[in-house]
Amino acid sequence: MSTATADIHDRPAESRVNYLNASYGIKSWLLTTDHKRIGLLYLGTITFMFLIGGTAAALMRLQLIEPQGALLEPETYNKMFSTHGIVMVFFFLVPSIPATLGNFLIPIMIGARDVAFPKLNLMSWYLFITGCAFALVAILSGGVDTGWTFYPPYSSLYSHTPVVVMALGIFIAGFSSILTGLNFVVTIHKMRAPGMTWFRLPLFIWALYATSLIFILGTPVIAITLFLLGLERLLHVGIFDPAIGGDPLLFQHLFWFYSHPAVYIMILPSMGVVSELITAFSRKKIFGYSFVAFSSLAIAVISFVVWGHHMFVTGQSIYAGLVFSVLSFLVAIPSAVKVFNWTATLYKGSISYQAPMLYALGFIGLFTMGGLTGLFLASLATDVHVNGTYFVVAHFHYIMVGGALMGYLGGIHFWWPKITGRMYPDMWARVSAVIVFVGFNLTFFPQFVVGYLGMPRRYAVYPAEFQVLNVMSSAGASVLAVGYIIPLVYLTWSMRYGAEAGRNPWGAAGLEWTTPSPPPTENFEVAPIVTEDAYNYPIKQPRDYPNAPGVAHV
Amino acid sequence: MSEHSGHTGHVVPVSTYLLVFFALMAGTALTTGVAYIDLGRWNTVVALAIAVTKMMLVVLFFMHVKYATGLTRIVILAGFFWLGIMITLSCADELTRTWEINPAGWGGIIPFLLRLF
Amino acid sequence: MSEMAAHGAHKHPPGFAHQFEDMAQQKEASTLGMWAFLVTEILFFGGMFTAYTIYRELHFESFVTGSHLLEVKFGATNTYVLICSSLTMALAIRSAQTGKRKGQIIFWLILTMILGALFLGLKLRFEWYRDYVDGIVPGISWAYNGPHAPGVQMFMCFYFFMTGVHALHMVAGLGILTVLVIMTARNKFSPEYYAPLEISGLYWHFVDIVWIFLFALLYLIGGRY
Repeated sequence: MSTATADIHDRPAESRVNYLNASYGIKSWLLTTDHKRIGLLYLGTITFMFLIGGTAAALMRLQLIEPQGALLEPETYNKMFSTHGIVMVFFFLVPSIPATLGNFLIPIMIGARDVAFPKLNLMSWYLFITGCAFALVAILSGGVDTGWTFYPPYSSLYSHTPVVVMALGIFIAGFSSILTGLNFVVTIHKMRAPGMTWFRLPLFIWALYATSLIFILGTPVIAITLFLLGLERLLHVGIFDPAIGGDPLLFQHLFWFYSHPAVYIMILPSMGVVSELITAFSRKKIFGYSFVAFSSLAIAVISFVVWGHHMFVTGQSIYAGLVFSVLSFLVAIPSAVKVFNWTATLYKGSISYQAPMLYALGFIGLFTMGGLTGLFLASLATDVHVNGTYFVVAHFHYIMVGGALMGYLGGIHFWWPKITGRMYPDMWARVSAVIVFVGFNLTFFPQFVVGYLGMPRRYAVYPAEFQVLNVMSSAGASVLAVGYIIPLVYLTWSMRYGAEAGRNPWGAAGLEWTTPSPPPTENFEVAPIVTEDAYNYPIKQPRDYPNAPGVAHV
Repeated sequence: MSEHSGHTGHVVPVSTYLLVFFALMAGTALTTGVAYIDLGRWNTVVALAIAVTKMMLVVLFFMHVKYATGLTRIVILAGFFWLGIMITLSCADELTRTWEINPAGWGGIIPFLLRLF
Repeated sequence: MSEMAAHGAHKHPPGFAHQFEDMAQQKEASTLGMWAFLVTEILFFGGMFTAYTIYRELHFESFVTGSHLLEVKFGATNTYVLICSSLTMALAIRSAQTGKRKGQIIFWLILTMILGALFLGLKLRFEWYRDYVDGIVPGISWAYNGPHAPGVQMFMCFYFFMTGVHALHMVAGLGILTVLVIMTARNKFSPEYYAPLEISGLYWHFVDIVWIFLFALLYLIGGRY
């Protein structure tokens, strides 16, 4: 593709004051209260944690190439899958879109100068890195082997690993996310620009609002649960201890009360991103705006009443099982509404296949597969057979990686020019998106099969008849790894050498595309007043978008 | 006392605060006293009812919710509702473990549902 | 820089934060923020209340026995103390709202702190310390050999965990009150700007409400007849 021509109406980014060059020095970053800089601080931190979680996964997949693999001792393998799960869930996926894209974009998308509590926002980041530090200490002292689920009595009375330290890290990171959620809810309620009514908000905002509700309502419960677990571990007696009449299943109830909604924390923001990408790259307004908006809220609400589907085979009462099974089927409905609406948006749209769009389309397909396989798990009869197998592992990786992570990458690519003022090389980006898609399916589709055939999860060794599928999965993992590393390279490269992006390189609708790239510290040169609905395509073409899809280049 | 609007918010008269204070003290004395009287399973109900009443007084008057917006009330209600979800669905498992599994066949669904009440 | 240009010339009262348009928006935002935070606290304590509800239902006799190990007079006294502290806190805020001298605001704040400290002192000295000596502190000093021993130990776990977490919140509250006293002494507050007092008051009252329920549920179960 041709390189962008600098817009004659914007001075080049370097000579214009924006949030990146408004002040210099490490103190100006470490003591910033600018939501955009805080978003970038998070971006760096979670990328680092992703590499740690990814390394654990790589070691696991290497071990599983051989049925009786000798790379890792079983005890070490247990620590690998635990570390992988804990780091990826608590220290990567939960903060990923909210803390990076959410922090950066929410005030701009609603027309505000910053979030409601900028200093609290900075404190959130410090809490987060403190949590990461505790987790790293736990990992470096060997790591925990309890699984990311920490079930007692193993985790409380028998494991000889740094459970308390790791639990403390998650506890602290949890408070970081509570404060973020709180900040977002108040910001969205109270700081929208004049004319920005609820039903003119971008769907990304609706999705993040719903996510923030889950942050506020769910995270405190994992906090108290891990706290109680820590006490039981330290005192050698506690409320989950059967010796004094305690019930280990009570831990599971309290744990999953948060951890199930947590998976919606991980997917909802991605769905919000996809709504933005699909509309921008079909140049068409979303089909059924209010259905998509309300489906985000419905997902957030219903997500809180389904947690028992993680406990169908652990000894839960059959009556509770029935209730949770029925409710779990219900939660599929608003997700399906979104998929239908995105598809209907694509219909008769003017579609282009830039990298963000490739990620969005990949999301829709892979999320649908993940969601449909969730129904197998919601159904009591089939869950009995596939629970605890690789079928479950494949299901949630389709959602988390095929869904959430692809949405995250799509969002990073879409808003990269806004964040940095630079474009990345589109060909490399498209190639990586395809590599990710191929690598992902090669890694995880075989896991559906091998799980259905009975291979259990969390085992360091497996029967020889499953080897072919496992080798395919491990091969896929290496392709996937390549697909993740390439963007690290070209995105970093683009920060220095990328073509300058104007205000609106994609020709997309939304307040964030009306302000310079990168934006000034106060986000807007003139406080915006909103008079139009969201996705009001065709938008009045601003002067500069030489990279806009479908536009002939001069 | 004059009522300030806008920035200063509603000013509650001292007399109201004192009334609420004495009601709270009386409620505490009452709940302590009732504990020494045998009411069987009603002891719990009375204790909780008094506790909820005291909470309402603190919330409405000391925390100014009586003069607050609808949004504030929704937020508070949501908090309690979600706590209710956690308690109810956890109890749905923990307290039904010893129930017989479907003794009457699937036609017994109606008696089962009635049994919940 | 651009901040001046965007705002024009109107002055804002002290304490105004520039991400907001005006003081009214700022006050609404901070109040909503504190209420959202209190919702997280409802769920935080709620986890323990959930567990308590379940075990109480399953082990009622043990819980009654355990509850009788606690002395109602201390629980009741502490309840009266906290209710008084809620009154003094409400009066502190009211003093700021009605433009009273800062000395008056500080008076009520310090009274609140004294009552809070009294609560903690009574708890530590007459309840927890005595429990430690009597050997009914699970995991630290456990020498109970009365009836329903396992269940009583479970109850005492709840007693210490719930009142312990509550006490931590009280300590945090005392820290917040200290900061408020300093801010008041430095003339930060006025009838136009007293939001930190108001939202700290919300926190303090919330901690009082938690105690109201803890008293009823821990000290008075099954009656004392």
